[in-house]
Amino acid sequence: MEPTPHSRTDGDRMIVNMGPSHPVTHGTLHIVLELEGEIIVKATPNIGYLHRGVEKLGENLTYQQFIPLTDRLNYCSSLMNNVGYTVAVEKLLDIQDPPRSRVLRVLCSELARIGDHLVCIGINAVDIGAFTAFLYLFRERETIYDLFEMMAGQRLHSSFTRIGGLFRDIPAEFEPLCEQFLESCPRTVDEMEALLTHNPIWADRTKGVGAITPENAVSWGYTGPCLRAAGVPQDLRKGQPYLGYETYDFDIPVGTTGDVYDRYLVRTEEIRQSLRIVRQCLDRLRELGPGPVIIEDYKIALPPKEKVYTRMESLIHHFKLIMHGIDMPVGEVYSATEAANGELGFYLVSHGGKSPYRIHVRPPCFPIFNSFDEQVRGRIIADAVSVLGGMNIIAGELDR
Amino acid sequence: MVIERIEAQLPGAVLERHAFRGDATVTVAGARFLEVVDFVFGEGFQMLVDVTAVDLAIPEYRFEVVYHLLNLASQARLRIKVPVPEGAAQPSLASRFKSADWAEREVFDLFGIPFEGHPNLTRLLMWEDFPGHPLRKDFPLDGGDLFCSQDIGASFAPEARSLNA
Repeated sequence: MEPTPHSRTDGDRMIVNMGPSHPVTHGTLHIVLELEGEIIVKATPNIGYLHRGVEKLGENLTYQQFIPLTDRLNYCSSLMNNVGYTVAVEKLLDIQDPPRSRVLRVLCSELARIGDHLVCIGINAVDIGAFTAFLYLFRERETIYDLFEMMAGQRLHSSFTRIGGLFRDIPAEFEPLCEQFLESCPRTVDEMEALLTHNPIWADRTKGVGAITPENAVSWGYTGPCLRAAGVPQDLRKGQPYLGYETYDFDIPVGTTGDVYDRYLVRTEEIRQSLRIVRQCLDRLRELGPGPVIIEDYKIALPPKEKVYTRMESLIHHFKLIMHGIDMPVGEVYSATEAANGELGFYLVSHGGKSPYRIHVRPPCFPIFNSFDEQVRGRIIADAVSVLGGMNIIAGELDR
Repeated sequence: MVIERIEAQLPGAVLERHAFRGDATVTVAGARFLEVVDFVFGEGFQMLVDVTAVDLAIPEYRFEVVYHLLNLASQARLRIKVPVPEGAAQPSLASRFKSADWAEREVFDLFGIPFEGHPNLTRLLMWEDFPGHPLRKDFPLDGGDLFCSQDIGASFAPEARSLNA
């Protein structure tokens, strides 16, 4: 892309750079807008500012070492990326994690989904000028991060999962705080809805903006809340269940027009549905009682430290796993999970050996952002801001 | 299964097939690729979820372009792989699937595989005058001498690779 000066006129058109460092891009995105007056004639997204070569790095790391890199894909809901990646590797290995770990993975995925949707709605609102809702929502997100810190020891970059299970079990103080969260979060969502849903300014800025037909959304490769807002009831948790999602009781909200307002409504309802799943997870954890959270196959998962220090065989397993990695079967798998933004896919090609031969991440917001030009063409600049927020573009997973 | 129907309708198009871990996969000859895509589109595989490639670095054909398709009605997935020799072009799907636009540009950018008929085949993630294609296997992990020679005199790439070998 040729360098564009900050702002210049080109015949009747003015070319304006939105980003790479602009308050509404929330990350480093660059959009070149061609304007006629206030109307957008053409929008050219220019991405890659956050490209870190994750896939290239993955080819040179062991399967276990790649987990911290998945945190940095969608950094608003890093736990869900951890889960998505380990589910993919477990599909390649053809193993299943223990029941307690499965419930905990669902629990943390849904908490991460709530966190992601809270951020998305909050940021979208603050970009449009509704600052209050943003502050209300971020109070709840803080509790979610406290819960993550209890689980993983980290707030943002959790790296909580391991191949074959989880890093550790949740501590005793997790449950009371999670119960408290289940109590307070629906109230906050109600407060947010009172502030936004019937707010005429919010409706003016979002209704009809970014509307998309179901056929078009499918052709663009939309997934997640943006596709469901367009009226397609596609959710991998229902359609292609993983981690036992088919045993949980929840509904899939669907919109009608696919505009930013519908995306907001779909996300709001998904928060409520995710809270239902979290409730069921807590009940199940109580029913299951204590148990292992990682498989006891020491050719895949590290043996517990007590064994490493006291038993020769465990020490060898530990050494072999750290130095030589897991013995992978030869083959290729594509595994998709329903992340907060849509379908998060991992395509793994193994030629045996400790590192994947090829690892490819299919980020949900990449195809969605591809349609940005079509979404904003012929609209005013202010609509570009609403559309960008409604798409929930996360530069980390967009550029990888 | 859709693969049996492809084999029945378009004899000779399928070079190889497997279902490792339940992922339906076909390898299709490059010349028959568009016919196969048209056929499976009619069968309901109307979402192009992903396009990527693998640098196999074997003499017969260097790359494999990998397409992942999803049938929203039956929730079936299909992986179509096409062998592409170095320097050869792959027909673009941009006129059939809108999502092929950036996905193919990314493959072009990172692997250097040209897509014939793509409306705007330019680099996507890397900058325009970036030397080489980073996801090719012969591209060093740290970028090689191009990026390292100025300040340290030599590339760390061989050492970096040997640490992980």
